[in-house]
Parts: sequence; C-alpha cells; structure tokens
Amino acid sequence: MVLLDELSGTARSATKGRAAAREPGGRRPALLILPALIALAVFFLYPLAVVAWSAFTDPAPGLGNFTWFFGEPGNLRTLTRTFTTALWVTLISLVLSYPYAYAMTVAGPRVRGVLTMLVLLPFWTSLMVRTFAWVILLQDTGVINQILGAFGLGPFSLIRTQTGVIIGMVQLLMPFMVLPLYAVMSGIDQRLLPAARSLGARPATAFATVYMPLSLPGVSAGCLTVFISALGFYITPALLGSPTDAMISQQIFTQVNGLLKWGRGGAMGVVLLGLTLAMIALLAVSLRRAGRRVNG
Amino acid sequence: MSTSAPLRQAPETSMSTPRRRTPAVGTSRLGRGLLWGLCGIVGLWLIVPVLVVIPLSFTGKPSLKFPPDSWSTRWYANFFADTAWTSALWTSVEVALLVTVVATALGTAAALGLTRARVRGLGAAQGAMLAPMIVPGVVLAIGTYSVFLKLQLVGTLAGFVMAHTVLALPFVMIPVTASLRGFDRRLENAAASLGAGSWTTFRSVTLPLVAPGVASGALFAFVTSFDEVVVSLFIQSPYLQTLPVKMYASVTRETDPTIAAAATMIIVLTTTLVFTATFFVARRNRAQ
Repeated sequence: MVLLDELSGTARSATKGRAAAREPGGRRPALLILPALIALAVFFLYPLAVVAWSAFTDPAPGLGNFTWFFGEPGNLRTLTRTFTTALWVTLISLVLSYPYAYAMTVAGPRVRGVLTMLVLLPFWTSLMVRTFAWVILLQDTGVINQILGAFGLGPFSLIRTQTGVIIGMVQLLMPFMVLPLYAVMSGIDQRLLPAARSLGARPATAFATVYMPLSLPGVSAGCLTVFISALGFYITPALLGSPTDAMISQQIFTQVNGLLKWGRGGAMGVVLLGLTLAMIALLAVSLRRAGRRVNG
Repeated sequence: MSTSAPLRQAPETSMSTPRRRTPAVGTSRLGRGLLWGLCGIVGLWLIVPVLVVIPLSFTGKPSLKFPPDSWSTRWYANFFADTAWTSALWTSVEVALLVTVVATALGTAAALGLTRARVRGLGAAQGAMLAPMIVPGVVLAIGTYSVFLKLQLVGTLAGFVMAHTVLALPFVMIPVTASLRGFDRRLENAAASLGAGSWTTFRSVTLPLVAPGVASGALFAFVTSFDEVVVSLFIQSPYLQTLPVKMYASVTRETDPTIAAAATMIIVLTTTLVFTATFFVARRNRAQ
C-alpha cells in the first residue's frame, strides 16, 4: 500500500511488481541502515550496557554501589558542584552569546562573515589545543594575571580553581550556544520590531515581547547543548581544575582507572547518564508544551 | 542534537539572504554602540585565547612562560625528531582517515535507508544513531574500555577506528539526511524510466546531488576522530596513542613547549580546512 505512492512514473506500470521491489521506498532500503546499526550496537550500546551491568553487579549484585554513591557526602558535593558549574557555564554563555548572535543577524554580509568565522574557527579547533591554551593563560604567571597586574590587581590564582574551569568552559562551549541562536534568529522577520514600535511599544518592550519569545527555540537548543556537554566535561576540568574540586566525570575516571572500582564508576556513570537524559526529556516536554501554546 | 545542523546553515544563510539593516535595539546610538562593543569583545574572547599557543611554540626556553623572551624553532625540530610525537601524529592521521571512510560510508547508507525505507522502528533507529552525541564521554569511555579488554582491542588501530566511528556517525548522518530531504526524487524516477539500474541511478544522479552533504559529513567525521580525547585516553596503549592523548599526557606531566608546536600545527591545519570549506560553500552559493 505504501509502495503505491512511490510509483509515480507511468513507464514502469507494466512491471509494477518488480519495480516496486526494486524501488527505493520499499522495505529494501531498510537494509542500508543495518551496517550502521550493528556498529552502533557493538561499539556503543553494548559498552553502555556493560557500564550499567557493572553498576548493579560489581563487586556483588544489588544496589550497593548506589547506596555508596548517595551515602557519601563527598559524592553529593561532587554532583552539586558538577551541576552548579554546568549551570554557570550555560548562563554566562547565554548572556554573552545572545547579543553576539543578534548582531550577526543585523550585520552587513561582510561583518557577518567575520563574526561567523570567529565562531567557526574555535568550533573546529581541537578541544585539547584550546584547553592547553587556557592552561597557559590561567597559570599564575600567565597573561591574565600579567594584564591584571598592570592595573595593580592580583595576582589571582585562577588555574586549579573552579573559576578557572568556568572561564575556560564558557569559551570552549560558546560556539554551541551562538550557532543555534543564530540559526533561529536569522529566521525571525525583522520587520516585526518596527511594526511593534509603530503600534506604540517602546524599543525594549518591543524586543522583550516580540523578539525574545520568537528566539526561545534557539535559546533552549543552545542551553541544552551547552548544559549537557558541560555536565559530562572531562578534559577541561581535569587540566584547569583542582583534584579536590573534581567534577563527576573526573571521579568516574579515578574510580575506574585509578582504583579499579568498576561498579562504583559504573554507578556514577549511570547517575550522570540518567541526569543527562532527564534534562533532555524535560526540554522536550517544555518545547512540546510551548509549541502547543503557539499553535492552539 | 542540534549542533551541526545550524553549523551547516550558518555560512549558507549568511550568503543567501541579504537582509535589510533594521537594528531594533540599535535605534538609539548608545544601544548600537553597546551592541557592537560587546560583540567585538566577545569576538576577541572567542579567538584570542587560541592564538597564544602560536608565539609560545617559537620560544627559546624550555618553559611555558608567556610571552617568551627569546625565540627559536627548536620545538618544531624536537617534534619531528621525537618518535613519540611523530608516531602519535601518524596514528591520529591514519585513524582519522579510516574513520572518515568507514563513518561516511555507514552514515550515508544509513541516511539513505532512514529517508527511504517504509518500515516500523525507523524513529527508534534514528534516535539510536544520534545518541552518541549526547552520552557523556567518560561513561562511554569506561564501557568501551571494558569491552575492548575482553575483545583484546585495547591499543589497536581497529579499536580506535571503531570507537571513533560510532562517535562520528551522527555528524555524518545529520548533513546527509538534510541534503537527502531537500532532494527531488523525480530525478531518480526519470533516470530509472530511461533505463538506468538502481546502482547507476544512485551513482550518477543521487550521489552527485547529495555530494555537498556527504562531503561536510566526511569533514565532520575526520575532525571528530582527530580531536577525540576521552575515549582514546582509555583505549590507548604505550605503543599506540593518538596526538590528543599524547598532548594530554604532556600537559599533565611536563612543561615541554613541544606541545605548543603540535598545537600550532593543528591550528594551522584546522584554519586551512575551515577557510577552504567556507570558500567552496560561498562559491557554490554564488553559482546558484
């Protein structure tokens, strides 16, 4: 039945049966998905299942690893720290990216090209390289302290602190905020603002009541991407932060690689993965609700 | 999730729609000044931190002090004289090229299947294939490590290629699916009605038309693999490690400016790639 709508050409009506079997649109194209699905099953789903399995079975079957995780105050502090860090990174990125993305939409083609380039270059540059650059900038005799010193401030210890981690992560993750914001904002009809103004709204009111709500899908996509990336960040906090202020990814690394506690590492992994999925589900629900409000 | 779709659009929309300049906040001169001032600072903040490694790579002293007070090219000489660095670079390039081939082939096939098949469970399959983008790196890394220990894939080329391939798959599928959706299926029907077989139709009609999507997917796949650190940290061995893993070890263990030389070379390579890609996109848009 579904195959019929694929048969638009009259030339093939004589060989209907064979054509239908050969035509893309039948069941056969589904086979094309198989190789990717198999690779995914073996090298992605299976490893994740192993992590979950070890959380419940290693060293003994049961919920021991989870009671350990939620029983240690240190672990809960790590979890809170991970959350607050991700939250700060998301908020600062949003505050810096929103005007930037907006400027990209009102700029002339040449300036817009430059602004786009400034986002895309760091986006494409290796995370390891950029984190290394932050190690140099934040070190105690680093550029930032030299500049502050010239104004008679500091020196501040920035490396091995949570402030340093947040500064670095904001810069590393900002492209993920700017790009979705720009994608949504460039689709907003700019004549809406003068229209609102002509009806008597002040510029700030027009912006807040007309433009901002329309840009919300970009805001939520950007915030979600930055937030979940920040939750699972490993390299940057490991190199810029202090081991005593570790984020959850670092603790997982230590449990498995240093202490060989696969079960405990697995339990932390399950918690981190669960939180990430919960954030995504939350956003999906709120977007659907917002969509219903707009449409109905 | 929506990371690469806007990326692909960004350079293209920037060329296609010349918009009227009707700044909204910027109606007052103060507002406009503030907007552009902030924009300039944010732009510098995005780009300048990366650039500090370039002068640092030419330092004359074996320290990471910035700015350097004497200059030399010894760290580049050191990079190419040290087999630990060169073999890491070679491994990274080899793995990334293999991942590009495997992930682009698997991802393009899967995107074709997902846009054309009419079977149950397509949504679930698509969701599963995008999932590697959202799973925290460390969680996947410990799982992969445990599986690789069993399969004896730790420290092997095949291990690196497969681990990176699943991470690169979503980045291939998104642009290829996007170009397949904006594709006129009647062209394929026309080719078939003229007697072309399904493979000939695919090769001479479908593939050239979705080539830009496939190319950007391939570029994404290369970069994803070349940059990957977290999973690689777990599946490396002393005999086989990639460049980012070597850099990570170097930052944590020593203050050796050779890493700045390596970083500078990566920056130059990336910049060249991005500029070339942007140039081609701009030219294609102008041609249309």
